[in-house]
Amino acid sequence: MSLEKGGIIKHDISKSPKTGDWAYSKPQVDKDKCIGCETCVQYCPDACIEMVKHKKDIKKKADIDYDFCKGCGVCAQVCPVKAIVMKK
Amino acid sequence: MENKTIKNKTTVKALNGGYAMAEALRQIHPDVMAVYPITPQTTIIETYAKFKADGLVDTEIVQVESEHSAMSATIGACTAGARAVTASSSQGLLHMAETLPVVSGLGLPIVMCVSSRALSAPLNIHGEHGDVMAIRDLGWVQIFSEQAQDAYDNTIIALRLAEMAGVPVMPIMDGFHTSHTTERVEVLGDEIIQSFVGQFKPENALVDQKNPITIGTLALQNTYFDFKIDQEKAFQKVKSLYKKICVEYGKISGRKYGFFEEYKTKDADFVIVMMGATAGTTKDAVDKLRIDGKKVGLLKINLFRPFPYKEVGVALSHAENIAVLDRAMSFGSFPPLYQDIVTSMQSAGSRKHDIASYVYGIGGRDTMQSHIISVFKDLEEGEIGNKIKYLQ
Amino acid sequence: MNKELTKKLSSGHATCQGCGIPAIVRTVLGATDEPVIVANATGCLEVTTTIYPYTAWKVPYVHSVFGNAAATAAGIDAAQKALMKSGKIKKKAKVVVFGGDGGTYDIGLQALSGALERGHDFLYVCYDNEGYMNTGGQRSGGTPYGANTETAPAGETSFGKSQQRKDLMEIVNAHHIKYLAQSNVAYVNDLKMKAKKALKTTGPSFLLVLQPCTQLWKFPTSEYVAVGKLATETNFWPLYEIEDGKYTINNIVKTPKPIEEFLKVQGRFKHLFTDKNKQVIVDIQNKVDENLSKLVKRAEKS
Repeated sequence: MSLEKGGIIKHDISKSPKTGDWAYSKPQVDKDKCIGCETCVQYCPDACIEMVKHKKDIKKKADIDYDFCKGCGVCAQVCPVKAIVMKK
Repeated sequence: MENKTIKNKTTVKALNGGYAMAEALRQIHPDVMAVYPITPQTTIIETYAKFKADGLVDTEIVQVESEHSAMSATIGACTAGARAVTASSSQGLLHMAETLPVVSGLGLPIVMCVSSRALSAPLNIHGEHGDVMAIRDLGWVQIFSEQAQDAYDNTIIALRLAEMAGVPVMPIMDGFHTSHTTERVEVLGDEIIQSFVGQFKPENALVDQKNPITIGTLALQNTYFDFKIDQEKAFQKVKSLYKKICVEYGKISGRKYGFFEEYKTKDADFVIVMMGATAGTTKDAVDKLRIDGKKVGLLKINLFRPFPYKEVGVALSHAENIAVLDRAMSFGSFPPLYQDIVTSMQSAGSRKHDIASYVYGIGGRDTMQSHIISVFKDLEEGEIGNKIKYLQ
Repeated sequence: MNKELTKKLSSGHATCQGCGIPAIVRTVLGATDEPVIVANATGCLEVTTTIYPYTAWKVPYVHSVFGNAAATAAGIDAAQKALMKSGKIKKKAKVVVFGGDGGTYDIGLQALSGALERGHDFLYVCYDNEGYMNTGGQRSGGTPYGANTETAPAGETSFGKSQQRKDLMEIVNAHHIKYLAQSNVAYVNDLKMKAKKALKTTGPSFLLVLQPCTQLWKFPTSEYVAVGKLATETNFWPLYEIEDGKYTINNIVKTPKPIEEFLKVQGRFKHLFTDKNKQVIVDIQNKVDENLSKLVKRAEKS
């Protein structure tokens, strides 16, 4: 086993644990309801919400990265139009 | 600017140990020095502060609010990519003790000049090795000095060793006996020292924004043990590097350093082993007894951590009886140097020796030539019990 | 993974579900495009983002011990000054420290005080979850009166912590620094505005940011924003700034909610909703009112 001296390392996403494994429920975004306000984005502890173009909508809609989403439900709680629900 | 005239040649000065270390640091010219006052270390930082006030150095001096912060700021500066040094003593050294294994664990090349002193309680500001012994297992190289000259030389050797080996190094002198005693010191030319220590080239630096690094990670049960074994392996390599640097330093200074100094030990039947300032008194006692035809000698340890067990064992193998003089106590146990000498004799596979343990000079108590002579007398008469004797 | 938000702190860290710390870090560091160097006290943020062999940090980062983050920052600041002088670097990075309340109110207070007094160029951000959470929920100098913690537990003869929390803002303010502010992770825009000002300040600046903790405060993982909002809506945690000694309250709550609204959603105050502890809630309300009126007076004077 070869270890870096002093445990001094650089960021390497391939070494990251997939924290999505922690989730016991997952947020589902209702793209029709989502108004693209981005409130959920800034509060997500794991920065796993990206705003993406969805079908022919003009506005970008919330899109969840389940690789890292721990399923805390903060996004659903802060959504002003209840466009996100937590599902098991 | 008195030093301008001596760029390339040696000057003889009358300096105390603290000044001598500061003089070495001036020539090294670190980027950052984070310091906090404590007796008997202050001679170092006061002298250095004056150098800065006089425009001889432009080191960033950080006047921190504690020794804990002194080492912490030194860690910050060193990890940022600067050559960083500090100095301490006694309670201060123990106040920063929490940070010392961090420095060695990260492999940071920090030099800390130490003026060793007794530990409270009761409060005592005088010389002994109790402070540096208390932190001897934390992965710092420890080099002991006998005189102001050694204090100067060892500071330069320490810097070079730290940066070559990627380990922290502590050049140590006895508080007051060395730190405050004015002696003859040969100071090498500034340019000679600057070329000897070279430029600091950090392995990693926080200021390198193109290569962002994370320093100070968390290692769990699956890796921590392995990190520590790696650290020990790297620490063992310090011995050969130290030896090499001493040879190189000998070439520019004419002074020979090594793991230890053998003073009239070649044919000695009775040998005292010790470290630091009081070795001078022992040399005088040896000289005196030699006139009377006694086969006595001194083995003075310079490199205490990592300890050169085998080499010491071999050097002592021909002695009949050995006395180890510790300037520190280890409550409930034999004192530190004694333990290491016993281990040395085993690791060298020497025949069974009688090794006596003495403790001297605690809290600045004077150790007279008569004390040393009485130890040699014990060795000659075979008065070697299994109890620690105190040279009060 | 959100590309913009993970430029400096990536996903893949191990903060608890519903933790407010990452939003604080991302908001503060997102408030500048200038280079930064992060120094971190031992604590939740540190242990969850640097578990070998993975680091979530994409900016230079250093951690050494619990109580020395501000002193470490001081050393980095000094090093950058020296390296500028010798021409080894062309530009100084802003040093940003993150410490929890344990590492700031308590064990790191001396180092913080020293670094503030010496005037180093750094921003210190305290994420305040009002207790020692990395060690499992003990009381700190930042734990509020009446809270139930592992080391000041509520019981037959105890209503939890019997002392008021330290006024850290006033302690820091006593160092006469140019900019300090109290913010709340539930108000990210407020935090962003303050982070921008703090990062632009030359010399020391300080942010005290409330970070509701699911584990210590005992609420569901989805609720940190909601609970944080209640802290400010009840005036338990007013948002304000002190610029060159001048106080500004950023959100005047005209009709504050009673403190019960904030207390009742948290398990750590559950024991107060009993007959014998009624008075404690009254005391907390009184203290909230008293603190606010002091703050209002200071703002009016400014």
